[in-house]
Amino acid sequence: MKFTEEHEWLRQEGDEIIVGITIHAAEQLGDVVFVELPDEGTTVSKDDEVVVIESVKAASDILAPIDGEITEVNSTLSDNPGAVNEDPQGEAWFFKMTASDPSQMDEFMDEAAYQAFIA
Amino acid sequence: MGTLERTPLHRFHSDMGAKMVPFAGYEMPVQYPMGVMKEHLHTRARAGLFDVSHMGQVLLSGSSWEAVALAFEALVPADVLGLQDGRQRYGFFTNDAGGIEDDLMFARRGDSLFVVINAACKEADIALMRNNLPSGITLTVMEDRGLLALQGPVAGHVIATLDPKAEAMRFMDVAELSLSGHTVWASRSGYTGEDGFEISVPSDEAEALARRLVNDADVAPIGLGARDSLRLEAGLCLYGNDIDATTDPISAGLGWAIQKTRRAGGARAGGFPGAEAIFAVLDQGPAQKRVGLRPVGRAPMRQGVPLFAMEAGADQIGAITSGGFGPSVEAPVAMGYVGVDHAQAGTTLWGEVRGKRMGVEVVALPFVPAQFKR
Repeated sequence: MKFTEEHEWLRQEGDEIIVGITIHAAEQLGDVVFVELPDEGTTVSKDDEVVVIESVKAASDILAPIDGEITEVNSTLSDNPGAVNEDPQGEAWFFKMTASDPSQMDEFMDEAAYQAFIA
Repeated sequence: MGTLERTPLHRFHSDMGAKMVPFAGYEMPVQYPMGVMKEHLHTRARAGLFDVSHMGQVLLSGSSWEAVALAFEALVPADVLGLQDGRQRYGFFTNDAGGIEDDLMFARRGDSLFVVINAACKEADIALMRNNLPSGITLTVMEDRGLLALQGPVAGHVIATLDPKAEAMRFMDVAELSLSGHTVWASRSGYTGEDGFEISVPSDEAEALARRLVNDADVAPIGLGARDSLRLEAGLCLYGNDIDATTDPISAGLGWAIQKTRRAGGARAGGFPGAEAIFAVLDQGPAQKRVGLRPVGRAPMRQGVPLFAMEAGADQIGAITSGGFGPSVEAPVAMGYVGVDHAQAGTTLWGEVRGKRMGVEVVALPFVPAQFKR
């Protein structure tokens, strides 16, 4: 699993990369009450706003971590946004995407580096 | 947060694991480890303890109750003189344009008036009173008192266990109580729509009292986050969001706080700042009204979201002044001002969020029925 400075995690699974937010990010957000997901098939560029998360406190965005195409979204989050607080690094992934430039993955942190980043 | 003031409960918040944020010049708990959602639901189900010591507490005294009440009536369009000893009312300071300078609670304690004002407005309010009250009225800022609120269906039982005298108190009654050795000024009121008490306690006793109260298994400490969602569901105004110096009490739906005796034709009609402007709105009806709003979808609509009559077109007819997720409603809830032609409950409007218009229905307030002990 790789981590971004935007508190997202990425996990490679075959040709796809699964994207979610970290436990630390979920704790900071507080209780999530709304998730708006992108359309499957959307072509995205790194740093595009692709997901809107609303918590009891505020609205925030998830940015596309890399260039590519959204291949699948976790639509269960629309009906159960609270899952983001319960299992952010597991069941509550947000979307899967393909990478148009896999080398963009190289800059991300491993778990130890991310733990140091948030410490 | 070096320049921020601290309440007498600062160490208590820290021990309870609160996340502290700057609010109105104070370092205040926004939430505890329980989290906003659970804190909100706990308050509606059991009892929540809030630190509201940042609010201003002021005592006005004079030669007689009549002198004090009439002096205060010159600043507030409420029936102060008719207030019985041991009773409290809601009111507001108005300006010459009929706008609201601050909203407040005032209680009669013998011949004196105990006034609780908003933290963000307290310096301006105190200046306003000092500049306008006649010389025979003494204004004392109670710097040495903290303010706690215990809110929720079990609050009455918790307080009555400590002082059985609380049992007889009804909504908006005030009384001196003795809570585990602490002599406090309590009012049966709050800002959540639940039954409960607001408790003024000497600063150096506030922490001990707070610890005694959370010792009860039914009581949990609650932060500002849940305080906001609770008051929003209860349809209560937040000064600075839902009412301000440019909103008049009639458009805000607060006309009930201007009793008949202060209105045109009443025994003490007018005589407060902006009386003419407010009477004109009463006479002609407001152009806009504060309404409850229920977003149709799951996306919260927050403060500042513009409201439209149609799904397309530039005809903005209002805006949201407070909005978020209502944990007890289990859906987004909001309040805002809309043109009177669009203020009827059941009207569908459109709120623009992130460039997209989404349906929102005008509904009656409150979202959650009040549970006051009348």
